Amino acid sequence: MDWEFRQDAPIYTQIIEGFKLSIASGELKPGERLRSVRELAAWTGVNPNTMQRALTELEREGLVFAQRTSGRYVTEADDAVDRVRRELAESRVADFLAYMRKLGFSAGEIVNIIKEGDN
Amino acid sequence: MATLECIGLTKRYGSVEALDSIDLKVEPGRITGLLGPNGSGKTTLIKLANGLLTPTSGKILIGGMEPGVETKKIVSYLPERLDIPTWMNVTQLLGFFRDFYADFDLDRARDMLAKLSIDESMKIKAMSKGTREKVQLITVMSRRAKLYLLDEPIGGVDPATRDYILATIIGNYDPEASVVISTHLIQDVENVLDDVVFIDRGRIVLRSTVDDIREKEGKSVDALFREVFRC
Repeated sequence: MDWEFRQDAPIYTQIIEGFKLSIASGELKPGERLRSVRELAAWTGVNPNTMQRALTELEREGLVFAQRTSGRYVTEADDAVDRVRRELAESRVADFLAYMRKLGFSAGEIVNIIKEGDN
Repeated sequence: MATLECIGLTKRYGSVEALDSIDLKVEPGRITGLLGPNGSGKTTLIKLANGLLTPTSGKILIGGMEPGVETKKIVSYLPERLDIPTWMNVTQLLGFFRDFYADFDLDRARDMLAKLSIDESMKIKAMSKGTREKVQLITVMSRRAKLYLLDEPIGGVDPATRDYILATIIGNYDPEASVVISTHLIQDVENVLDDVVFIDRGRIVLRSTVDDIREKEGKSVDALFREVFRC
């Protein structure tokens, strides 16, 4: 994970994105134990409360789960990885489409540009 | 109870009003950035919290108490200038701190010194400015205090050390303790802050959480600061 934070968005949302990307790419494996909040905070260079907030949100979304005594783990739910991949892809595509429309391309032109670009 | 509370806190130096009726609360477990241009009153506020200055009017309370012997036991203070005895070597300095403060954690200090490859037999006066700053910060962060008051903790060190120092601050404060960092180097500290207080000519001009600023303004604290304090 690359922890360069953008200026224009809250840090905790960027941490959430970072974790999602790691889960989607398999860098974090299902069932893998996460380090403690404090360790993760020191590692990413953010405040522990910010890290806590990000992890709580990931828990709420069912991507990590907490075990009372032993810490937090990446979910083992079958659909989780697919769901996250899909979600991240959709978000990127939405940004991309907005940009392309600003440049004045139609849907058909955009499809052609993608096909050419993927050669 | 708030770790640090200011109620109508005012400090005048002769005719100069350094702080003008400040109301502020710092809650346990939060890292607060006290941000303002030079001469805005940051150091005055921190000195008042340490009992090095007395208020002209109003109150400042640490854990409900006015600054004094009892609050010094729970406040760990990093002054803006070097104030450790320079004739000592590091080992002597650690002994000095342990004698003064019951909450000084010698193992923690030794561990940090080792990580920064600082030789304990070295005399403070033989050190570079940056190394002295590191040593002083290590002694401050090695106390298990309730409130850390850090006046410009990263002013004189290189970027790699800056990262280490910030990681040290994050990694070492107790979850119930509070940290107040005064600085104008906002970009470097904003990722570690929970709350920010903008102070200008002795008044608080903005108080918010870092997340709120980024969420509502769509910009970093640093960018907002440049706007608010545009010359």
